[in-house]
Amino acid sequence: MENKKQWNEEDYAPLPLRDANFTTISGEELEPLYTPHDLEDMDYDRDLGYPGRFPFTRGVQPNMYRGRLWTMRQFSGFGSVEDTNQRYKFLLEKGQTGLSVAFDMPTIMGRDSDDPRAEGEVGRCGVAVDSLQDMENLFSGIPLNEITTSMTINGPACVLLAFYLCVGEEQGASLEELGGTIQNDILKEYIAQKSWIFPPRPSMRIITDILAFCSRKVPRWNTISISGYHIREAGSTAEQELAFTMADGFAYIEAGIEAGLNVDEFAPRFSFFFNSHTDFFEEIAKFRAARRIWARHMKDRYGAKDPRSWMLRFHTQTAGCSLTAQQPENNIVRTAFQALSAILGGTQSLHTNSMDETLALPSEKAVEIALRTQQIIAHETGSTNVIDPLAGSYFIEALTNRMEEQAEAYFRRIEELGGVMAAIDKGFFQREIADAAYRYQREIEKGERVVVGVNFFQNPEEELSMDLLKIDPATEKKQRERLAKLRSARSASEVDRALEALRQGAEGDANLMPLIIDCARSYCTEGEIIDTLRGVFGEYHENILF
Amino acid sequence: MTRTARILIAKPGLDGHDRGAKVVARGLADAGYEVIYTGLHQTPEQIAEAAVQEDVNAVGLSILSGAHMTLFPRVLELLKEKGAEDIMVFGGGIIPPADIEALSTQGVAAIFTPGTPISAIVSFLDDIVPSRL
Repeated sequence: MENKKQWNEEDYAPLPLRDANFTTISGEELEPLYTPHDLEDMDYDRDLGYPGRFPFTRGVQPNMYRGRLWTMRQFSGFGSVEDTNQRYKFLLEKGQTGLSVAFDMPTIMGRDSDDPRAEGEVGRCGVAVDSLQDMENLFSGIPLNEITTSMTINGPACVLLAFYLCVGEEQGASLEELGGTIQNDILKEYIAQKSWIFPPRPSMRIITDILAFCSRKVPRWNTISISGYHIREAGSTAEQELAFTMADGFAYIEAGIEAGLNVDEFAPRFSFFFNSHTDFFEEIAKFRAARRIWARHMKDRYGAKDPRSWMLRFHTQTAGCSLTAQQPENNIVRTAFQALSAILGGTQSLHTNSMDETLALPSEKAVEIALRTQQIIAHETGSTNVIDPLAGSYFIEALTNRMEEQAEAYFRRIEELGGVMAAIDKGFFQREIADAAYRYQREIEKGERVVVGVNFFQNPEEELSMDLLKIDPATEKKQRERLAKLRSARSASEVDRALEALRQGAEGDANLMPLIIDCARSYCTEGEIIDTLRGVFGEYHENILF
Repeated sequence: MTRTARILIAKPGLDGHDRGAKVVARGLADAGYEVIYTGLHQTPEQIAEAAVQEDVNAVGLSILSGAHMTLFPRVLELLKEKGAEDIMVFGGGIIPPADIEALSTQGVAAIFTPGTPISAIVSFLDDIVPSRL
């Protein structure tokens, strides 16, 4: 320690510094140098341990990428199910190893393509799925017992899950064979992504119904993808992303327990979803801290006995909000570094953004480059040879420790506010996020934070010359026609019977999943199923703040 | 007599991405405008109605869902129907250059793409709307 003090006084401090910001992108102050002194209170076995063992700081599988690479899982969907089915086959052919479905806004919000509120929105930011028939066509020629699928869907997750399971069974798979994930994380919707439908209490009931159903019937299904990605995209810092995500996770654990489930029945199938932003080391520390925090709370606070309940498995997406519309090819570089962070952080699954996403949904060329980025990291950089290669770095461990401490401080604040739901009601998360977003924007405008191509290193005469993806303008009309045909072809009495049974179930305390599956098989549309539930549960309205 | 210029920032359609709208709303408020933020999931009808009720000088639409070619024209149309053509319409979001051109032809005064500093939006509004106090 004396040596560092001496080094600092004699060598470092007298030198002039560049006119630059030496904080992390989240605004965290950093020392110029880290030494063993920074890790004096650490205990290897207690704080790091071994991969696949508590507290899992170094990874959740004993052999990590030596055993199996992360799943290369590109979030994808646009236009009609035929358009998207074609894109899925393209991506699989290029070497992706898992599917990930992006739905359009009407589907996300529980509305059919012929709903008046859907006008102009059908197939625009994702694929339009109105019924089991659409789902059948979405996965046409793709055997669901041979691949896992993640579906980014929240309010209507129960419906899309039902559609998927029905398609799997129609293809000849058993429910035990089907593997995948539904995002199904309603708390972060109220906080950040804003694609809610129902108010909190009925939303949590639907979620606990899904937990109970899947733990018994669909054991390979990840029932929630507890997400920080959207919280970060909305403008939070890395510390907030970590803390708020973990807090949401704990809230779901408590909800499951309150619903009468044993924690080890459902916790092993919780998964997580983090952002990978551009501050390289901060992100790696965040992922490692997340694993340790989850393990400690699950074992010590919630008394989970199954080690799988202590393991935080996660998917990562590189940061959409970091991409620039200016000089878009630079986004390939940003995405590559962000992907590497995720891998050095031990992610189980990864989506890499395409360079053109500030302008449109990914073109074939752009998404191929994004996928190749993962493959180059996997096979050319040597990053997968050694497990948790940055462990022991004075800086990385100090930052990991600091992030855990800050998360714990946030947990205490949330508890003081009465828990996650109460904090949402009080606008706590929303305000933290809005303040962080504004602060970041101010830093950029004052030139305190550099974004290449945007506020420095600009090309003022730049003209875009990329071929962007265009959504077929006939999509909406075709989808409406398809719906009209479906409504006349199916059995109206079956539809009515199924929806009525669902309504009654919703008013009581039946598990909704079998009833929704029944509706799905009768070709009730998503809108009809959600409208039925809306009739019972009502709609959520947020308090406006900015 | 000059009055403080009033701006409506709106989120039309089903899109829930509100980071940009909120940052712009706050930035414009800090710059001295009176800002009304509609919140999410507004129909074009609700937006046009609010614009007239709140007697704003300009309406800023934020659209990241790809539905801009339906929603911008609809808002323009409704403002015209209400005899409120003097309310200027601008916006931002995920909008490719070809569509920006098309919207401009239809009467959208400006589209601010990702990376636009708030100061640019303030300058633009300062030029376009009546003087601020």
